[in-house]
Amino acid sequence: MLRARLSTIGLLGLALVVSPASGEELKDLYFGEALYQAHQGRFFEALERLDTEVRQHDEIDEPELDSLFFHIDDAEFSLGDFELRYRMHHRAGRAIKAVLEGAVDELVRNDAAYRLARIHFQKNQMDDAILALDRIEGRVPDALRDDIEFLRANVFLAQGKPEDSIGILEKLEGPKSFGGFASYNLGIAYLQNGQRQEALQQLEKAGLIETDDQAELAIRDKSNLVLGTALLEDGEYERAIPILNRVRLEGPFSNQALLSAGWANLSIERTERAVVPWRMLAEREVTDRATQEAMLALPYAYGKLDVHGRAAISYGHALDAFGAEVENLNDSIESIRAGKFLEALVREEIRQDKNWVIRLRSLPESPETYYLMELLASHDFQTGLQNYLDLADLQKKLRTWQKNFDAFDEMVGIRHEHYEPLLPIIDTEFREFDSRLRLRIEQHKMLVKRRDDLLTTPRPEFLATREEQMLLARLENLEAAVHGLESPAANLSRQRIKRLKGTLIWTLETEYHERLTRFDKNLRGLDEAMAVAQSQYDQYVRARQAAMHSYVGYEQPIKVLRAKVAHASETIERLMARQGYLLELVAVEELLARRGRLERYGDKARFALADSYDRATQAQAHRSDEQ
Amino acid sequence: MSTFGRLCLLVLVTGGLWATGSAEELSGKEMKSLDGQVQEIKSDVLGIASELSNLEERLLFPSNTQVSIFVSMADDEDFRLDAVEIAINGELATHHIYSYQELEALQKGGVQRAYTGNITTGPHDLLVTMKGKLENGKDFSESGSFSFSKGVKPKTLGITLAGPGLGKEVIEVGDW
Repeated sequence: MLRARLSTIGLLGLALVVSPASGEELKDLYFGEALYQAHQGRFFEALERLDTEVRQHDEIDEPELDSLFFHIDDAEFSLGDFELRYRMHHRAGRAIKAVLEGAVDELVRNDAAYRLARIHFQKNQMDDAILALDRIEGRVPDALRDDIEFLRANVFLAQGKPEDSIGILEKLEGPKSFGGFASYNLGIAYLQNGQRQEALQQLEKAGLIETDDQAELAIRDKSNLVLGTALLEDGEYERAIPILNRVRLEGPFSNQALLSAGWANLSIERTERAVVPWRMLAEREVTDRATQEAMLALPYAYGKLDVHGRAAISYGHALDAFGAEVENLNDSIESIRAGKFLEALVREEIRQDKNWVIRLRSLPESPETYYLMELLASHDFQTGLQNYLDLADLQKKLRTWQKNFDAFDEMVGIRHEHYEPLLPIIDTEFREFDSRLRLRIEQHKMLVKRRDDLLTTPRPEFLATREEQMLLARLENLEAAVHGLESPAANLSRQRIKRLKGTLIWTLETEYHERLTRFDKNLRGLDEAMAVAQSQYDQYVRARQAAMHSYVGYEQPIKVLRAKVAHASETIERLMARQGYLLELVAVEELLARRGRLERYGDKARFALADSYDRATQAQAHRSDEQ
Repeated sequence: MSTFGRLCLLVLVTGGLWATGSAEELSGKEMKSLDGQVQEIKSDVLGIASELSNLEERLLFPSNTQVSIFVSMADDEDFRLDAVEIAINGELATHHIYSYQELEALQKGGVQRAYTGNITTGPHDLLVTMKGKLENGKDFSESGSFSFSKGVKPKTLGITLAGPGLGKEVIEVGDW
């Protein structure tokens, strides 16, 4: 079955993925075309095509004769799917509800209920998600059975009902499709449920899974980080260290793990060992919060090791780095306020790359985008950003369409100028042809009728040649002329007329069948000629219609569409301004908060630097005294 | 443990990679309201796009002369399709070079509308050429000549491509 398939990307990262058409013959080309667009992530185009196709299918009288009939369930699912991917949750929900409430197969209905539940889950509407899941009963598509349960468990977790999710997640730990995700979520469920010991054991298990999959490696790292952190909270520093060390150095949780590993070592007075992860971390990307903290923690550790000189140098580095970072932040804030953040976001050449967010972050000429990754961690910001980008794309389309209308107007105008003077002349000629053809059609009909009559009632005289007809008429005239005359000459004439007439009738009677066959054959030849004439006639009518249709009836639709496009463009302009303002506001607030934190770190570093200098000087003096 | 250390742990425990600011909290409602309006305008623009496509089709490709050619790949094909060239009556109709994304979309069952144009009614010749690379890295080029007849209704042709050397027709053309 052509079916959209769930791709499980962890607890909060669920997304629908359009499935391939392989395995079943594609019968509707336009559905295939929509899939082609969707597989490239072009959901607007996919929706536009499929929406039109499904609407047309719904409007036809005999849908079973339409090629989409074979895929209609998949097409309706895909509509919801594409709408969801295009972040149109309202419409996606409606599309799937329509399937759910229709008279459909149990499997299809359950599939739809599952999709609807996922939409609610994504929209953070957990009660509705559970209601949708509760509608699932009876047969369930095999491939979805575990997905449904995994979703149910995640909804319970999000609802703060870990006790309900635990049983489900325990059963899902086995299936390979969920890998470490079920294990990790189970650990979190235990943690939420106050079963700390079970949680730690479970996270330990999730932190040891063997895999090559990047997403699973990340969840393994996260399990180890959460477990290590929990152990740190419990004061089990020694136990926490190897767990934190399991986190990959190149993974997304590496910085936090290094920072925690340092604190765990420091807490059990293994200051030298704390220095190792912190030194590594302090050399990493300075915009990262963990790195910034490590830049202060490292000299703090040096201080504890009585290496005050090195501590002073490290504090000095930290101060320089914080100063440079504050400058960066100032530049970014200024740049955002000047509107450059939004300009950078919509740069087409960057968005061609699927890692565009990462590239955007490293643009040397766009300091305002350095902190995008951190900002994207906020769901609202992410939604706002995506909406802004979608609006920018729509605006671009609308502007192109608006320009196209001018071209259409011109095209219609040229056709009008070309055809308008030609058509009256052509129409006059056509009227003559039309009247001739009508006459021939009538004649043809008459001959056909005569042939049909002759087949049932033979009339040899009807098949006489023109000469024979003239001869027969003359004989009948002569016959009439001698009628009633009583003389030997008249009697002789009557006998001669009778003989001659008899000879003629003999010929007509004996040749009747042969003549009828010839007549029928000729008539068939005429049929063909009439068909050619009719076809030329129809061709003319179509060409005439096509000429008319090429320039008549466009003015109003173009005018209406032009107005709609202009109105939509205005609305988008307004929405972009509001959305952009909000994004800028949130971005600036975040950067101000970062700057504030860095300034506080700077103050601490300055104080600690002075203190380290004092201690270094004292130590130096002490050593001099001793010498 | 120092206050500094505790602060650091708090960040970890709450899982907060980034603590949101008050401005964002305030703007959260506004973001949600905007989200609803964005969804509405998307729906409106989709409606406009559909009307516009209809208008364009009537204006540019009237049904009595319209011909559309679609390209798809046979099931379970994993050869790399580089380009397809289509000529109608000896004249180049379209030449398309496939990006990785497009190729993947075809392999997943998508169907590409390769060409839409206008031709007269009656018989026509179609020449399809595809170029690509086999799994063993070898380049190949295959061509196929076909004929079709255009009636008064829009003509839709589907080209199905398969890798050479597997016993199937490499290029198949059918009516849709």
